[in-house]
Order: sequence, then C-alpha cells, then structure tokens
Amino acid sequence: MTPIREGYNRADVAPPSGQQWPHRHLLGTWGLDPTEIKYLLDTAEMYAEQNRSDDKGRTKQSGKLAGLTQINLFFENSTRTLMSFEIAGRRLGMDTISMTTETSSIRKGETLLDTALTLNAMKPDVLVIRHGDSGAVELLSQKVDCAVINAGDGRHEHPTQAFLDALTIRRRKGKLHGLTIAISGDVVHSRVARSNIWLLTAMGARVRLVAPPTLLPRHAEDMGVEVFHNMEEGLSGVDVVMMLRLQQERMQGAFLPSLREYFHFWGLTQEKLAVAKNDVLVMHPGPMNRGVEIASDVADDMDRSAIQEQVEMGVAVRMACLDILTKDLQGLASDSGAVS
Amino acid sequence: MSVLKAWKNARLIDPATGSDERGALLTSGDRIVGAVTNGEIPVGAETTDCRGKILMPGLVDMRSHQVDRAGALAGGVTTLILQPNQTNIIDTDAPVERIRTRSDKAGGVVVHPMGAATKGMQGKEIAELGQMLESGAVAFTDCERPVSNAQVMRRLMTYAKNFDALIVQFAQDLDLAGNGYAHEGEVSDRLGLAGIPVAAEVIQIERDARLAELTGARLHIPLVSSRDGVLAIKAAKDRGIKITCGTAPHYLHLNENALEGYRTFAKVSPPLRSEEDRVALIEGVADGTIDIICSDHKGCSEDTKRLPMAQAEAGIASLETMLSLVLSLVHSKKIDMMAAMQAMTSTPASILGLDCGSLAKGARADLIILDPGTPWAIHESVLQGKYKNTPFETIPVQGRVYETIVGGKSLYKIS
Repeated sequence: MTPIREGYNRADVAPPSGQQWPHRHLLGTWGLDPTEIKYLLDTAEMYAEQNRSDDKGRTKQSGKLAGLTQINLFFENSTRTLMSFEIAGRRLGMDTISMTTETSSIRKGETLLDTALTLNAMKPDVLVIRHGDSGAVELLSQKVDCAVINAGDGRHEHPTQAFLDALTIRRRKGKLHGLTIAISGDVVHSRVARSNIWLLTAMGARVRLVAPPTLLPRHAEDMGVEVFHNMEEGLSGVDVVMMLRLQQERMQGAFLPSLREYFHFWGLTQEKLAVAKNDVLVMHPGPMNRGVEIASDVADDMDRSAIQEQVEMGVAVRMACLDILTKDLQGLASDSGAVS
Repeated sequence: MSVLKAWKNARLIDPATGSDERGALLTSGDRIVGAVTNGEIPVGAETTDCRGKILMPGLVDMRSHQVDRAGALAGGVTTLILQPNQTNIIDTDAPVERIRTRSDKAGGVVVHPMGAATKGMQGKEIAELGQMLESGAVAFTDCERPVSNAQVMRRLMTYAKNFDALIVQFAQDLDLAGNGYAHEGEVSDRLGLAGIPVAAEVIQIERDARLAELTGARLHIPLVSSRDGVLAIKAAKDRGIKITCGTAPHYLHLNENALEGYRTFAKVSPPLRSEEDRVALIEGVADGTIDIICSDHKGCSEDTKRLPMAQAEAGIASLETMLSLVLSLVHSKKIDMMAAMQAMTSTPASILGLDCGSLAKGARADLIILDPGTPWAIHESVLQGKYKNTPFETIPVQGRVYETIVGGKSLYKIS
C-alpha cells in the first residue's frame, strides 16, 4: 500500500505531545531544554557506539530511514560538515542528495525562497541547510513542509557542531554540569561559539570566552559567560579548551595587527596550557590553522586533543538529528516496504 | 472668485498658535480665509459639518522615500518632503522642477523635493544648491550617505548659509557603521547580526554640530534613534547652534527586540535601538529637544523584505500609521497633544519655510478632519497605500483621519 503523502503539510501539524523532542526543526541550541539536549546526546551516544562496532551498525540500523529523502543545501562552501551529513544520512539508509552553490541556480539569479519552494516541491523529508547570512535557515524553514536542520547560518548558530562538541566532552569527562570550558578565538564571527555557549550553559557548564576584545561581541557578558582577554587568566583551571578558527575570510578591517602577534598572545601552546587542569581536553571545530590559533604539538597531543573524536562524533550526532526529526515519518517509510 | 467654504462645528486645533477651540473655518480656493469662533458663518458659504471632530492642518511629513498619494491622503499627510535618492538622483534644478510640476498637476498630497547636497551624492562636489532652491527644493541632503569629508561638509554649509538653505545630514558615521544593519546590543549579538554602535550616530551629530557652529548654517538631523543622540542634540542647542532634529514613530514604539525571529519588517535605518533609547526619544519629543516627527516612509515589496536580514531592504510603509501611532503616545499621556501635533505640522513647515501647517489666514487650506478616539487595528486589508510593509500589523491604535482636504478640496473621506 502506498502511503498518502499528498496534502501533508508538516508545518501545520503540531508535534505530538509528550515527545522527547517537541520541535519540528533543529535551527539552533538557543532555548533548548536540558532534557531535550540530553535526549539528543543520548541518541547520538548510541549511534557513536554503533559506528564503532565492526559493521558500523549495519545490521541493527539497516534501512531505518530507508525511503526518506535528505537534501543538503549548502550555500556556503564546506567539506567536512557536508560529508558528515551525507555519511550520516546514508548510514541510516536515506536517499541523500547534496547541492552546493556551484551547482545551484542561485547563481542564475533565483531567489533564496524560490530555491526553497522548488526543492520543497520535490518533497524531501529533511533539508540540511547552510547559508552565509544569519537567519537565512530560519527563513527557509518557514517556507517548507519538511524538517530543517541548520548546518550553519552566518554568525548565528551551528547547532550540530555544538552537539558534537558536547557529546565529545561528555564522553571524555562523563558529564557537562559543573565543568569550566574556555572558548578561545574569533568569537564575534563564530556561529560555533554561539551554539556552544547556549548549549553548554543550559547544561550547567561554566563558559569562559578568551579572546582579544576586537574578536568579542561588545556585550559578551550578556551571554551568560565570563570574559577574559588574557590566556593565562582565561585558561587557569579549565577542564576544556575549545579553540575557534580565525576566520580570515571574514576579517574586513583591522581586527588584529598580525597573525604573528595573535599567535604570540592567543595561540594555544603547551606553555599556555600549563595553567589548565592536568587532564584538560583540547578541542577545535576545524579546519585548523596550525601555528595561528593552535600549535601543532597541542593539536596532535594524543592525551589531550579530542579533535579527531569530534569529527567522529559529528557523524553520530547528525545521525541522531536525522533520526529524531523524522520520528513521525518513520512509520510511513517502513509501511512502504523500503522497496528501494 | 472662488467659492467660500465653511467647515463648521469643528474643534479647531492650530498647532502654529497653540489654540484649541470650537468653531468654523472658512476657506476660499486653496487658502484659509479665517476662523469663526463666536459669530455667524457668512451667508452663501458652502458648509460642511465636521460633527465636533478635530479640524487641523494636514501633516507635513519631512521625510519620505517615495510619493504614495493614496497612502498619504489616508494617513492625513498633505505635504510630503521627498528624499533626493530617487531612481535618478535629484541633484540639479530640472528634476526638482519636474517633481513640483507633477505634484501640482496630480493634485493630492503636495510634494516638495529635497535636493542632493553634493553632486551624485558622492560627497565630493557641492551640488547646485542655489538653482535647485529657486526651482523649489526645500532642503539638501545626501540621504543615507552622509557627507563624511569634514572639509566638503564645511564648504557645503558655508555655501548653504549664503542662501539660508537647510542642510539635512543623516546621522551615521559610515566607517564606524561598517556593514552593520542592527543595533549593536544583546539581540544582535545573539542573532548574529552585524551591529552599529550608538556612537556612530553621536559622532556624526557632534561633528556636524561643530561645523554648523563654525559656518552658521542651519542643520537638521532627520532621524535620531538613541538617547545619546538626543543628548548630543540638546548640548548643541544649548550652545546656541542652529540645529533641529526629528524622529519617526517606529523609533518611539519599537526597540531592538522587534528583530527577534529575524523579522525583517522591523529593519530600518538607523536601526531600532534599546528600550532605554526608545524611552529617551519619547522624552525628547515631549520636552521639545526633538523638533519634528516624520514618517520615514519607505514602501518595500515582499520580494525585497522576505530575505535574510543582511540582504533585506530597510524601511517601513508608515504614511498611514504615523498619526495613529503618535496619538497612542498622546493617549498614554507620554506626549502632550499640542506638542505632538506641532511636531507633525507647524514645526516642520516653519523649518522648511512652507505656507502650510497652520490655520492662519492666508495659509494653504490643507486640512484634516480627525477623531483622535476612533479605535482601529493596523492591518494590511485596511491600508490604502501601495505598499503594506509594516511591523505594526494587527496592532490596535486609536485615532483616524476622516477627511483629508488639500488645497480646499476634499480628496479623501471615510463615512
């Protein structure tokens, strides 16, 4: 029997009450409830374990989301996030299609909303969107019938990155509550920093921002964090250091005198790390600028660096997101017999 | 000889004199002939019963980006000052004359253009102020591209002084504002929007106030958006500098939180600022530091608004909502009725040297009949103008224009 999909407008259907994830989309970590965050992290944890097993969970998860269509719509260049979403979707059996600016008709002058409506007419089940403008993903989410995952919008949010960071920390430290976590680098232009701040503070971690004042929002204290301009003070006694990439492509105007000076004062080295806790965890969302924000020997420190694990957790978190956001469709997908 | 018309049984409010009394107003042709407050209406006059409603001068809107005749009449705007950044920049006498002629021909709202202050609004060479002035330009501005070179600004003002021309300078330091489009504060930090600090406004006001002092020219700041901006104006006025300023209803009603959820309909330039700033602006209007209230009308199509915040056009279609929004501040006793009306009629008229905005004998018979108490809700379906982009959708307000009279002729009327 073919399930009836016509006229089903997801945006008109309220999420069933009592759900552990009472949202249609994942647009950001702002405003998420700790129980919701925990639910997503727990689900991702399960996928992380499966991904580590010999068959990468193939037998258990075979075709869990088979028949569902995932479109990755990337208006901004990305390699690792896009691949991570593709792998996550395929591991769950989804039909995954990726579209980047180079191949899309945005170049031919089509407006953002027209692109969204065109894709919507093809009836995807999940849209994964990255866009260079803050709020663009939220705008698109209002115009489509399917679940939308924000894969990064401007300086606003990059929620899956925050979830994979949180999962990595939780696996290494066993908890999030009570940890002191320093985020260092170009905070003002960073969507990763924003998503992490909301998520980590919601889970009861203490977040510090450590950066030169030109790379911090002027009202950073309003974000519920402690602000430091000096690495030695900022890293003192922390459990986790999260380095951000210096986004040189966003640097219009004079934010810094030189990369050399930046590394001298704010680059993460073993010496600066000495004031942190002994078992400090070093993280970086990538791609790294070695010798600019992080010294190679820190990045490659087997005991402290969790950078590779972050990438690994990325796939697990994205599998969890795809799974959770399509809960109401999974029944339909299996009814269709997953003929593909 | 034109027919004598009597607008009787009215509450006559004349912001120019501050008088508020019952009576009848007499007009002949496009001029006001006089008021009858206790006496007989001349025999033979064509009478209209105002049914006790307010009869006052039509609004003089000192800043509009477009001419929207239907919207203006419905909003009680009878004189509209057009910004020079039209499709072709108004920087010579020919386009000024064309706009004046077209306005006379079309009837309806009287349009007076501002001219560009510098050629092509490039901020380099002074535009032909004198000839534009002769053709009917009422002031000179480079719109949202304020003259940033202080030397050019000084020469511009020195030259303008010679003609007693008014220079209007948008208060925003362009370098400091950078690519910003939202108030630099908690909301822009959280939503990841590029911010503009309040200092960008204050720096521009303070520099240009000094140049006004140096040159003796008249300076007008079209839109003040912040508390510190109001303080800078006040300080300049206290020094005796010839400076005036305005603001728009949206700055008196909304703050940065209106952008929450990426509502581009609340994107304006300068940006909506903090609650503290909003309250200070209302006080500024109440105490007269802010001289005028303009609509800052800018109709935008959905196509240019339904975009990510950074790309969306800034602007609010506000001709029709200006009066009611200001009246709601009068109703809540934040601003005195007469002060509010002066800010929208007689004060802009006197700054610009126009013969409107008053009920004096000989003034233009541009009038509105208004009931300040009529409740209505701002909604797309009731707005008459071409564009409906408003962040005030569904907001209940009080006060409606019942009739708009331009040049002695009733051009808009609701029953």
